[in-house]
Formats: sequence, C-alpha cells, structure tokens
Amino acid sequence: MDLSYSDEEKAFRAEVRAFLEEKLPKEMSDKIRKGEELGKEGQERWHAILNKQGWLAPNWPKKFGGAEWDAVQRHIFEEEAAAAYAPRIVPFGLSMLAPVLQKFGSQEQNDYWLPRILSGEDWWCQGYSEPGAGSDLASLKTMAVREGDHYIVNGQKTWTTLGQHANMIFCLVRTDKDVKQQEGISFLLIDMDTPGVEVRPIILLDGTHEVNEVWFTDVKVPVENLVGEENKGWTYAKYLLTHERTNIAGVGFSQAGLTAVKRIARAEMSGGKPLMENPHFAARVARVEIDLMAMSTTNLRIVSKAASGAAPGVESSMLKVKGTIIRQEINDLARRAAGAYAMPFASEAIEGSNLALPDPLNAGPVAAQYFNNRKLSIFGGSNEIQRQIIAKTTMGGGA
Amino acid sequence: MNFDLTEERQMLQDSLRRFLRDKYDTATRNKILESDTGFSSDIWNGLAELGVIGALFTEDQGGFGGVGFDIAVVFEELGRAGVVEPFLDTAVLGGGLIADLGNDDQKAHVEEIIGGTLQMAFAHGEPNSRYDLNRVSTTAKVDGDNIILNGRKAVVVNAENADMLVVSARESGDGGDEDGISLFLVPSNTKGVTLQGYALLAGGRAAEITLDDVSVPSSARLGEAGKAFKAIEARVAAANVAICAETLGAMETATRLTREYLMTRKQFGKPIGTFQALAHRMSDLLIEMEQARSAVIVAAGHLDAAYKSRESHVSAAKNLLGRAGRLVAEDSIQMHGGIAMTQEYELAHIAKRIIMSDHRFGDTDHHLERYIAIAAA
Repeated sequence: MDLSYSDEEKAFRAEVRAFLEEKLPKEMSDKIRKGEELGKEGQERWHAILNKQGWLAPNWPKKFGGAEWDAVQRHIFEEEAAAAYAPRIVPFGLSMLAPVLQKFGSQEQNDYWLPRILSGEDWWCQGYSEPGAGSDLASLKTMAVREGDHYIVNGQKTWTTLGQHANMIFCLVRTDKDVKQQEGISFLLIDMDTPGVEVRPIILLDGTHEVNEVWFTDVKVPVENLVGEENKGWTYAKYLLTHERTNIAGVGFSQAGLTAVKRIARAEMSGGKPLMENPHFAARVARVEIDLMAMSTTNLRIVSKAASGAAPGVESSMLKVKGTIIRQEINDLARRAAGAYAMPFASEAIEGSNLALPDPLNAGPVAAQYFNNRKLSIFGGSNEIQRQIIAKTTMGGGA
Repeated sequence: MNFDLTEERQMLQDSLRRFLRDKYDTATRNKILESDTGFSSDIWNGLAELGVIGALFTEDQGGFGGVGFDIAVVFEELGRAGVVEPFLDTAVLGGGLIADLGNDDQKAHVEEIIGGTLQMAFAHGEPNSRYDLNRVSTTAKVDGDNIILNGRKAVVVNAENADMLVVSARESGDGGDEDGISLFLVPSNTKGVTLQGYALLAGGRAAEITLDDVSVPSSARLGEAGKAFKAIEARVAAANVAICAETLGAMETATRLTREYLMTRKQFGKPIGTFQALAHRMSDLLIEMEQARSAVIVAAGHLDAAYKSRESHVSAAKNLLGRAGRLVAEDSIQMHGGIAMTQEYELAHIAKRIIMSDHRFGDTDHHLERYIAIAAA
C-alpha cells in the first residue's frame, strides 16, 4: 500500500497542468466557472483542442487513437481539469458508443466511425429510454423490421440529451417481439438526417433545452448499421451502461462544485462575517468534503483494478449512488450559500446591468444547477435500480 | 383544544380553493411565468374580490381577519395551486407594515391594497445582510423637511410592479445595531430610485434597487425615527408563517401528484408504487407532511404571542418546513423520474416553490440557530 504518487505520475500531473494553462481558452473556463453552457461550437472547439493533444479519448486503446491512460492518470486529469474549470467532454460518441464498437463492431464499422468521433465529424446521441421504458428499459417498443437491405424503424425515444446537436443516434430497437423482452433487442446506428426522423425539444425545470424526444416514422436504416448480431443488443446495451458509468462517480464535478461552494461562502456575509466562518455552515461543508475524500479513494481503488477502465457491476452501482448523492449535496450547499441570491432565474439576468454585483452572483445560477442535477440520481439507471443491482448481487434473488 | 377551522375560515378556504382550481391550472400558470410582468392582473383582481387580501388584515385595519390562522388558511391554498402573484409582498409585508406603523394618512393606503389597486414591495435585504434583519447599511439623512436615502437593496420581490416601496434605512448606529433603523414609504417613481429587474426561478420577479440621493418628505417615515426594528421582526414573523403555510400547501400538491403517479405508472408490469422501496419512501413523505402541518398550526397560533414565544415557534416552523420541504420536493421528483424534470409537468413548478421558499427570510440553518439563540436568551 502506497498512497503517494510516483515520480511518473507527478510528471504527468505537471504535464496536464501546463497543457491546461496553455491551451484552455479563458473565455471557456470563465463560462464553466459561471455554470454557463458552452454550446455546440464551444464543445467542438474543446474536443478539437484535446484531440490535437491526443487526449480526447483517454479510455480508448492506442490502436484506435486513444490515450490508453490508467486509472490514476485519468484521476489526475479529472482533478486538474476540474480545478482549471475545463469543459467536460460530450460522452455519447467517445465513451459510450466507441467502447461498444471496439468490442462488438465490425472492422469496417470501427474504421469508419471511430475517426469521425475523434475528428468531431459526427455528433452522437443516445436512443435508449422511451416514454414507457425508463427504469424498465428492456420493455422498449421502438420496432425495426428488416426489408431487404434496410430496417424500417418506427417508434419514439425520449430524454435524448443534446439530440438537437446530433447528426447520428445509436438506438436500442426491437427486432423480435415474440421472444423474451431482452432477447429481441438490437443495437442500430441511425443517421438523423434520414427522412422520418423528428427531434422535439423538452424544456427542463430550470428552463434549459438539454433533452429531446426523437420520433421515428418509417425510417430506412441500412443493415450495415446494425452493430454485432441481431437480437443481441441487450448484451451490448449493458456493456455500454457499465462504460457510461466509467466516470459515474463524478469526482471531478464534485471537486469543482465544492470549490465553488467555498468561494460563494467566503464572499457571502452572515452576521457580519463570511458565511464560511459560520460553524453550522462550515460543518455542512466539512461533512461532504470528508465523504468526497473517501469516495474519490473508493473510486480509485475500484477503477484501478479494472483493466477496461470501467468499474464492474456492483461497484459501479455503488459509485453511482454515492457519487450522485455527494454531487447533489454539493449543489444543495451552493444554493444554500447564495442566500437570497439563489432566487434569480439566471445570473445573466443581472450580469447585463451596470450594477456593482456582490460576489455570490458570480457563482452562476446555483439554484438552477441544483434543480438540473436532480437528474443525476434518475438517469443512467436510477439510484433505485442501482440499489436493486447491489442487493441482487450481494443477496441473490431473495432481495 | 379544537383543531377545526372556524366557519368563516372554512368558507374562505373553500372559495379560494375552488377559484384557483378553476382559474389557475398549469397551462395558465406557465403563461404567467413566461410573461414580462410575471403577474396576472385578472388573477389578482379576482382574488381581491374574493376577499383574499382583506383576510390578511384585522378589522381595525379595515380587513376581516389578520391573525395567524387567517394568514395560514390563505397561503396554504395559494401554495397548493403554486400561485406566483405577490400577496406576501404587497399585503403581508408592505400593507402590514403600513397598518402596523402608519399614521392615519399613510393608513389610507391599506384600503387601496385590500381593494387590489395598490402594489407594494418591501425593500429591506441588502447584498451583505443575508438573512439578518438588523444589518441595514442604507442611510437616511435628515435634510430640512426632507430625508435623503442612499444605498442598495437586494432581491426585492415585486419591486417592478410596486407603486410604493417600504424602504428600510439607518438613521443612527451602524453594523447590526437594532436601534436606528427606520422605514420609509417611497413611491417607486421617485427620482434616484433605479431598478434592475429579473425573473425568479420559482416565478414572479424581483429587482436590485439602487437609492441614489432619493429625497422624500419626512412625512414618508413610517412610525418613530430609528425605532422600526421590532415592527420589522413582527412582520417578518407573519411573513414566515405565510411562507410556511404556502410551502405546506405546495407539499400537499407534490405528495398528491406523487401518490397518483406511483399508483398509475407501470414498470416491470406493475404500478411502481407496489415496489416497497418506493412505497416506504412515500409513507415517509406522508409522515413528514403531518409534521409540517402541525408546525404551521403551532406557529400560526403563536403569531400574536409574546416576543420570545412567537419568534421561537416561527423559527421552529421555518426550520422544520425547510427540512421536510426539501425531502418532499426531492423525493417527489425522484419517485417520478424524468417526467418531473420537465417544465410542462405541474410538479416541476411546485418543487421549485417549495425549495425556493427556503431562501426568503431565513433558511433552515438560519432558523435553527435562531431557535437555539432565543432559547438561550
């Protein structure tokens, strides 16, 4: 057991820090610090900067153009990126679809799609959930019927994150409805420009347009776009969900969030002193900081054991539950810290004015973030589903 | 003891509930939320005609209610429907302070408020005051027959709609001195008053107010010079009873929607409410609802009690509602899943009302500390 970083790891940290100092545009980190959206162009620009450095796909094997970092390297990058207010990567192509293609896709599919993911030529989104198939994902109803060289797809997906920017969607579709639910699902890549695909926005409770409904009406998809074998999609879906949870603990997000909480609480005055000096508030911060310290170590312990970079089933579920509880608690502290200044709809509303603003406002729309991040314990398999996985795995069918 | 509403309050509750059920559905409210004013005059006038504002004032003040239980009945119904119109700011705070402190000339405004024709805002909080009522650094300097106001007021709810502002300012002392704080009745179009308005996350609008050499006649002062603090505390206590009751009403809607959803939404072939993990959580919410209801009743019943008793019970309620409200809002969203995250769905607005109520006049922590301090005093 040795908790200190090796010389190589220290050198890697220095390299990451120097890279971020040099290459992360200030207007980008300012936006992230204020909790603002980067938008499609901003995201693509950041991806291009990382890609040029060879760091866009830290999990991918080198032979596919990835960085092939180990768990400690990824952890170091996460920490440094969070501290520098670097944007996050958009995960749908890079860390969700790509591992599935690399494991189950054909040579042709890998040769064609992977370089386009790195170059940013394609923006992928995920077609999993449906209005009637949320936690019970296997009950999905979107149908794909084979007709010659094509599948004809009909149905509806929902909660499609950033689908408004995407030109491609990977979907779970039903190709056989006469067998057990899980055995009739296939994994299909669909071009969003195909006639019959329609994207409709869903506005979330914080006023943001982040997710969408995607409708399919007689959409023709070439059979080459089937990944792996027909009716084996559930296996691929589960594999993808584990990879979706590669960074499910969200340590970097939490570290950045905690820094923001402290910044707000040092600027916000209570009883004539900074709120951060209020013992009651300081105790709340300390508790979550202790939880985060332990959880980030749990994350390292678990992830460094797994060669793929993805935590195995039950540990992955544990990290998801604890990680999201901590992130949501930090969001709650941020809104508490801001006091009455948590009430405005968005910071931009006031930032446009000439008024000299108090510091808490520079924290960004903390209450909007608090509400938006209620999604963390819902999506990617709700925390109830994760607890069920933990219980089933550790206590068997009796749980 | 008797926990039933009086006949009059029962009638008020029934008519208010019916009015809001008919006239304030989610689609209507979403239109109001998106409007430039964040406010519906039709709803305001309709509720004023129904006597909702009159119920918030005593008979002496020109109303027909005005005690804690009247405030609680009205605001519970407003909360149940997720009403965003500023009854708290215009009536309980603005109107209440005039009624408590004003001379006969000033009190004439109360009639206009009850009639629904005058809008008010309470410009008290400042960028560095957080929830401390005594931290007033806006200054008031006597200049002959006039008073000159200078300073900055933060997150003043309903400021843009308000015809008049009740502005707190310091005539003597400094920092957190309770002595030396006065209140002034300032028409919002007075020279030197600048508003920077913005929408609020849970509906309605607020503004940052800059007071730059604002000159008002000394007759604009409400009550005695430098002696307004006790009246501010008392009115904020009433406001907190209103906020707690409103939050309770919103929690009732949240739990009703969640219970209905658990009984109808099916996953894995059965209603999700049949899963014990969710059923037990729902039971906990219902238990907390009853705790919240009791805390509101106790606080409302002590609004006219002696200082220590009043403040202690009000802080207890605000602390408990803050905790129970957060649990209800977060668990209601969680048990619904994604649908509760969408603006269109009623729960989204209701959850925002519940959570953001913790940010007015002291949050859970502030009132816990206050509760301890009052007990020790």
